[in-house]
Amino acid sequence: MNAVFAYALWFAQACIAIAMLNGIVRLFIGPAAQDRILAFDSLYMNGMLMLLTLGISSMSTAYFDMALLIALFGFVGTVALAKFLLRGEVIEP
Amino acid sequence: MTTATLPLWVTIPGTVLLVLAGLTTLIGSFGLLRLPDFFSRMHGPSMTNTVAAGATLVASMLVSSAIVGRPIIHELLITLFVSMSAPITAIMLLQAALYRNKARHSRDVPDGNSI
Repeated sequence: MNAVFAYALWFAQACIAIAMLNGIVRLFIGPAAQDRILAFDSLYMNGMLMLLTLGISSMSTAYFDMALLIALFGFVGTVALAKFLLRGEVIEP
Repeated sequence: MTTATLPLWVTIPGTVLLVLAGLTTLIGSFGLLRLPDFFSRMHGPSMTNTVAAGATLVASMLVSSAIVGRPIIHELLITLFVSMSAPITAIMLLQAALYRNKARHSRDVPDGNSI
């Protein structure tokens, strides 16, 4: 059963890697700016999932803090970019 | 210490959850890549934000509980934060896209009557 678990971990990492490649393609070909922001949002989410699966495969609890920080800063970045598209300024006077 | 030493009550639900997370991530990213316009493209990554993130976090919770030997629920922090921040991100991106399409007089703006 543990070999099956290792294969499932490998499968999840491969799927997340393909998803990150799709996000990078959308980031480059995205016709409008909001498509690129959406691709960036999905990229940081996939990066967080990749870090969590790396933490599972290395049996370490140190990856958790990095995943939390990536979630935090990715949210702040996406909201700032969307706010910039909406109003032209990030922090309004 | 590798994953070969994990007990059986971790590996069976962990396998199911990791396969589910991988499949939903893949389907969501292909939706992001292949769907025709922005308002339908927004639905792809929300699968990653909800199902895949939840499944991976539960699997990580199981594994770290088995490592330490007592219940670890730190991963619920990420689940809570992601489930709170994903709708805010979606609403702000949607508002930005609607504003930009209206400002360009594009025909790609859903009107209020069709919803």
